[in-house]
Amino acid sequence: MKYVDEYRDPDAARKYLQAIRNTVTRHWTIMEVCGGQTHAIVRFGIQDLLPDEVELVHGPGCPVCVTPLEMIDKALDIAARDDVIFCSFGDMLRVPGSRTDLSSVRAAGGDVRIVYTPLDAVKIAADNPDKQIVFFAVGFETTAPANAMAVHMAKTRGLRNFSVLVSHVLVPPAIEAIMSSPDNRVQGFLAAGHVCTVMGTGAYTPLADKYDVPIVVTGFEPLDILQGIHMCVRQLEQGRAEVENQYDRAVRDGGNTEARALLKKVFRVVPREWRGIGEIAESGWALTPEYEAFDAEQRFGLADAKVAEPEACISGLVLQGRKKPADCPAFGKECTPDHPLGATMVSGEGACAAYYRYRRDEAA
Amino acid sequence: MCLAVPGQIISIKGDDALSRSGEVRFGEAVREASLAFVPEAVEGDYVLVHAGVAISVLREDAAARTLGYLEEIE
Repeated sequence: MKYVDEYRDPDAARKYLQAIRNTVTRHWTIMEVCGGQTHAIVRFGIQDLLPDEVELVHGPGCPVCVTPLEMIDKALDIAARDDVIFCSFGDMLRVPGSRTDLSSVRAAGGDVRIVYTPLDAVKIAADNPDKQIVFFAVGFETTAPANAMAVHMAKTRGLRNFSVLVSHVLVPPAIEAIMSSPDNRVQGFLAAGHVCTVMGTGAYTPLADKYDVPIVVTGFEPLDILQGIHMCVRQLEQGRAEVENQYDRAVRDGGNTEARALLKKVFRVVPREWRGIGEIAESGWALTPEYEAFDAEQRFGLADAKVAEPEACISGLVLQGRKKPADCPAFGKECTPDHPLGATMVSGEGACAAYYRYRRDEAA
Repeated sequence: MCLAVPGQIISIKGDDALSRSGEVRFGEAVREASLAFVPEAVEGDYVLVHAGVAISVLREDAAARTLGYLEEIE
């Protein structure tokens, strides 16, 4: 496939690795923010090919992983109702809430449907006027335009039986939270290419300046990641801390103008709870007053409830790059993709699931 | 979840900005995608599609630059 195959060329990968070896003189810790990049790094064995001086730690950019337990429980409550068709991306179905998961709700007779796009959920709403259709709107900035469009279309068409359970989170406040932590050891970032495709690169310059940290907007194929690492290491070695764009075939500095205009209309910035990390100020989106009639939490009158995480799970530390999956005593033992204790083991993009799939032998 | 897949637009329909959509080919598969956020896209362009929505038109010249980066640093 064009724009895929040429970025997986092994000869070019070897040359990049040599270029990284030629550039690096000391140890550097670099975080890839996005779970899609984590998956590619582990799948293609990129960490093992890098010189020992370059250590990759895995970031919080997995929406399935950071969606709080309380929000999963709300989804479960809504999905179990007789009058509801609950629509979701497939990877949310097996995420454990405090009691059960969406997949089990479906097995028990709940109408839970996997959709490829939230726009399909809007079609289901138009076809089922006697049912309430709820879409589980999780995700980072990449997914927000599709979700915003679904809400906007439902409003335009006057579909009063459609609503969204919103759990949107934002990357820049997460980078800020990681950099301002006293335990931080991240020295450079590969920023999430598709988040920047939507939002542009402007929000990252103040972070690079404030924390003196290079941020390289990076794509998802092996050569993208190797090039991003090379650009990041070169900045670190030269003592620079700038925002650079490796992924400029997709990312414009200003992002996607049309998508951002709709996002501004549909969403407003709010504090959000991140599973395993805690609340981060101004780190998420909720619906604006103009669209809040489509808010499932309001429509179904759901109250907030605090729920405790399983004690054995260290996913919060994994999501902040402070621990690796194999550091967890439960990894590959009590905690497996079939019986996950925490969300980093559930999602295919979660660091624990990626390690379990490709590097299980590393478990202690 | 933030994965987006590159595909080529093979047809476009709809005049209204928000309902503009098209058929996009990903290797062997063809799927419908919203083109509302890529008003500049024309048939034959490659777009990045995420959750059924095109979020960017891929730039051939920039792609060539990425692949040419090696020569620059060698």
